[in-house]
Amino acid sequence: MKREKSDMGSPRGWLYLLPAILFLGVFMVYPLIDVFIYSFEEGYNFASQTYFGTGTYNYSYVLHDPYFLQAVKNTFVLVIITVPLSTGIALLISVGLSSIGPLRNLFQTVYFLPYVTNTLAVGLVFMILFQKTPYSDGLVNLLLSWFGAGSVDFIDGPWGAKMFVLCFYTIWVVMPFKILILTSALASVNRDYYNAARVDGTSKFRIFRKITLPMISPMIFYLVITGFIGAFKAYSDAVALFGTNLNAAEMNTIVGYVYDMLYGDSGGYPSYASAAAIILFAIVLTITCINLLVSKKKVHY
Amino acid sequence: MTDYEILEKKVKRRDTVMRAVTYAGLALWALMVLFPFYWMALTSVKSYSAYNSEYIPQFFTLSPTLQNYADAFTAVPLARYFFNTAVFTVATTAIMLVVTTLAAFAFARLEFKGKNAVFVLFLSLMMIPTELVVITNFVTVTNLDMRNSYLGLILPSVTSVFYIYLLKENFEQVPDSLYYAAKVDGTSDFKYLLRVLVPIARPTLITITILKVIECWNSYVWPRLITDDANYFLVSNGIQEIRENGFGRENIPAMMAAVVVISLPLIVLFLLFRKKVMEGVSRGGTKG
Repeated sequence: MKREKSDMGSPRGWLYLLPAILFLGVFMVYPLIDVFIYSFEEGYNFASQTYFGTGTYNYSYVLHDPYFLQAVKNTFVLVIITVPLSTGIALLISVGLSSIGPLRNLFQTVYFLPYVTNTLAVGLVFMILFQKTPYSDGLVNLLLSWFGAGSVDFIDGPWGAKMFVLCFYTIWVVMPFKILILTSALASVNRDYYNAARVDGTSKFRIFRKITLPMISPMIFYLVITGFIGAFKAYSDAVALFGTNLNAAEMNTIVGYVYDMLYGDSGGYPSYASAAAIILFAIVLTITCINLLVSKKKVHY
Repeated sequence: MTDYEILEKKVKRRDTVMRAVTYAGLALWALMVLFPFYWMALTSVKSYSAYNSEYIPQFFTLSPTLQNYADAFTAVPLARYFFNTAVFTVATTAIMLVVTTLAAFAFARLEFKGKNAVFVLFLSLMMIPTELVVITNFVTVTNLDMRNSYLGLILPSVTSVFYIYLLKENFEQVPDSLYYAAKVDGTSDFKYLLRVLVPIARPTLITITILKVIECWNSYVWPRLITDDANYFLVSNGIQEIRENGFGRENIPAMMAAVVVISLPLIVLFLLFRKKVMEGVSRGGTKG
């Protein structure tokens, strides 16, 4: 494309970009630089905006804080359980969906509903379903009792039970996106491959393993990466189920720790918050790189 | 029967079983998705005393009441939360659309020095997680004295690099000849953007509007950091407030009424624009 010379270097383009540059500069580029600076300023005082010195003390404080270690543990458990499980179930459901004719649209619509609901609001419903109060053991415990199991307090009870609810709710929330992506990936696989395989008398399972799976592997991989990133940043699901005081509930996540350090009852420490946020970013970056390396071997483009 | 017929029958039976299993599995997940919605609607019409006297939860009620909905609007400022969320959503989305359209136009159509460098910079910003910049933004907004104000809520939520990218790709598909024809007619760039590009890119604009509205309606973290005055709470913060200090911890039916009221707008929006929403999310959504 050729444009007349007078256009080049004219400030008009910058004029159109100006609002975006202003917003991004103030609320993204500057904070990005600033967060690194904060993380090395020791003893930063929020009210007077002063600090004593620079160094890595903030990082060492955060890494030795039992609340942070608890948050790291919770986040990793959540990631390791929910990412493979939700991707697997979503794949099963999508394969089922694309094999049926009638009711398919209805199912698709229903499956998408969690995407458009407010995480905090529906989390409250899950809390009620799982909670055990003096007035009632709650619905889930009723179901458990039908199978002869004893009642468990899933909201204020043992760590494992709380973790179970958190994983369950997280999977419920992330499912719509995965099902949507996988069903459209499945629909885009060229029919000719299937027909050719059927003529050869290949079994359905073999067709799935040898044709479908490789064809949609880029999309599965995309979901795994976004799933990891999303799960590492889990926070509002936990708040919805266990309230804002996540440290007391032993259910805090890394992002929750960052926000608690910044604000709230234990807040007022932007330096610690910055250090924790940078540690989180480093973890996510590392995991994403590992994912990319693995995918080079496994994914067919 | 010939061997072939026996084989055919066997295959047919296996297919029927597979079908039944598939439908059962799909129905099970549908039940898992719908049940919380049913439970919240059901609980919201149970009366306070009936709910609290149920040691064993009942799956339906014979005496539904709307009292909880009245309570939800009178005992807590639910209407106020709604109003705030509506203002926040409309303003954020509107400003975002203007900023995004202008920037996408500059990248797609105009020539100027340093364009490519700026574009690469923009793209690299897409990798930055909000968690990393929220800390400084919190300090910035606090120092600007914009806590507990609409401006403080809206301004940091406006830009999305990804939408600029999406719209730029769309603008670039419009043939150059249209632009030159408009130029010959003496149409200004801005008029061309408004009269030609925006109508052509309408589907993409609708997509990003829907995505932004969903994001705004559900946003929780930033509003929580930046507001502690209930007059500026959004619905997410409102529901958290209701849970912790509202009706008294035990009035669960009233809480559920509030939850229904909060969930309804987006569900209605989704059912009305089902195709658009799903298409939009598969193009640019990231939740999960």
